[in-house]
Amino acid sequence: MNLTDYISAAPEMTLLGLICVVLIADLFVDDEHRMLTFWMTIVSLLITMWVLLATAPLGRIVLFDGSYVSDPLSQILKVAAVGFVAIAFLYARDYLRANDLHKGEYYILGLLGLLGMMIMISANSMLTMYLGLETLALSQYALVAMDRKNPVAAESAMKYFVLGAIASGALLYGISWVYGVTGELKFDEIALAIASDPSLNSLPLWFGIAFLIVGIAFKFGAVPFHMWLPDVYEGARTPVTLYIASAPKFAALALTLRILVDGLGDLHDVWSDMIMVVAVLSLLVGNIIAIAQSNIKRMLGYSTIAHIGFILIAVFCGTGKGYAAALFYTLTYVLAVAGAFGIVILLSRRGYEAENLSDFKGLNARSPWFALMMMFIMLSLTGIPPFIGFFGKLNVIDAVLSSGFTGLAILMVLASVVGAFYYLRVIWYMYFEGTDERAVLQASADTRLVLSLNGVAVLALGIVPGWLWALCTAILG
Amino acid sequence: MIGLQHYLTISAMLFVLSIAGIVINRRNLIFMLMCIELMLLAVNFNFIAFSRYLGDDTGQVFVFFILTVAAAEAAIGLAILVVLFRNRRSINVQELNTLKG
Repeated sequence: MNLTDYISAAPEMTLLGLICVVLIADLFVDDEHRMLTFWMTIVSLLITMWVLLATAPLGRIVLFDGSYVSDPLSQILKVAAVGFVAIAFLYARDYLRANDLHKGEYYILGLLGLLGMMIMISANSMLTMYLGLETLALSQYALVAMDRKNPVAAESAMKYFVLGAIASGALLYGISWVYGVTGELKFDEIALAIASDPSLNSLPLWFGIAFLIVGIAFKFGAVPFHMWLPDVYEGARTPVTLYIASAPKFAALALTLRILVDGLGDLHDVWSDMIMVVAVLSLLVGNIIAIAQSNIKRMLGYSTIAHIGFILIAVFCGTGKGYAAALFYTLTYVLAVAGAFGIVILLSRRGYEAENLSDFKGLNARSPWFALMMMFIMLSLTGIPPFIGFFGKLNVIDAVLSSGFTGLAILMVLASVVGAFYYLRVIWYMYFEGTDERAVLQASADTRLVLSLNGVAVLALGIVPGWLWALCTAILG
Repeated sequence: MIGLQHYLTISAMLFVLSIAGIVINRRNLIFMLMCIELMLLAVNFNFIAFSRYLGDDTGQVFVFFILTVAAAEAAIGLAILVVLFRNRRSINVQELNTLKG
């Protein structure tokens, strides 16, 4: 262990130090001055972002005796995670203030969750991965239960906790078998052990891999381990849903890529079939059940399951192109979904949760600009050009076709067509249905600005998607 | 002679038992939290057996981390349980049914 180790891990250490500062400072802040906590949190995130960019690695650096890795993949995922957590805090602020929930806990638990995500993204051993995963998961359970007087939030927190704990248990059981067979916990050493001794590739290892896949599918929320996802999305307060729906997806992607590709890349034949079953089921179940939903948070929950299907199919391809497509898809999907929940938060006000699809009726008459932003986001999630979601889907389908799975590609297109129904219904409600609701949308100038930028980015990135795709292929291609 | 496979069998039995406990139990959330602990202990059993078999200490170090995280997890789980009980005056699993669809 030497000084370079600490420099490469500086972003996490900086963030941890700043969390402690915010945590202690928040004790001395009363409710009227809670904005101070918010701004300290934003400054902490900006400092972390700066450290992250200043210590950007040129290549792959393995540190702390091989249990931690800093490479371009970790860099892009961490920058995105820090950015989207900041955006989630900004969107959440006005809502929390209006609903007497503006406590320091939201920000501090959110920051601790971010620390967990960053550890997961940089993990190079099963132990580091597990610790990061739990740091993230425990923060999320507490966040969902944050609204203590709300029975629905408590129920969804309990469901999330129990199913999340089962997921951790399954993942750990899988890890124990992989450890037992290979004798290693670090991903590169697991890969080395498997490459040097082909006799390890036998039933005990496959047994462990099956449990690893169950754990990964649980954490992602893929069918048949998706039960918690719609309940948590619906039961948690919207800012918490926004947090859970956005940045942790990067950590889940890192979990998948690090374990399955870095550690078990040579065993692609073994895990690809399991991933494909999970992915196809997610695609179908997510899209079909989403149609039946009247609650927009629940609908976006099922739509998340369908999008996770796309990401996992890209991973299933097992080619550099597929992994790059998964990265591209996750980045662009989180951009769109953060905006969607941002608009849901914008429509809510004191004592009124705008969580039904019918709350979007006549939005165009109330706020043409934000109706337009919501339309951009919905069209992007549908996958209609020139919005960025189209290129995400196109890259995944391209990767699937170049791996020779034509049937799968057709299925993905059909599932997207089914999915178009419920996204376009939101647009129909906004533009072609009337409403008696006349309440003005209240939001501070900075929230409006960032939300508008978010909506415009969905279109602008879609017009010039080349550089982002080039970046993704340069990292994973 | 008790060999590795005996330990692994015990561990697998504990693991299945804990999953069954979570799935079958329809009455009490406390049971569920106990089953989650049992599940983690089954994993620990596996790790220690493998660690001894391989003559490698890493697995035992992993167990210490799992025990610590399990304690934190139990704390959060019980805290959520208290919140739930305050709101509903019940910790019956079957009454956790307001979220559907």
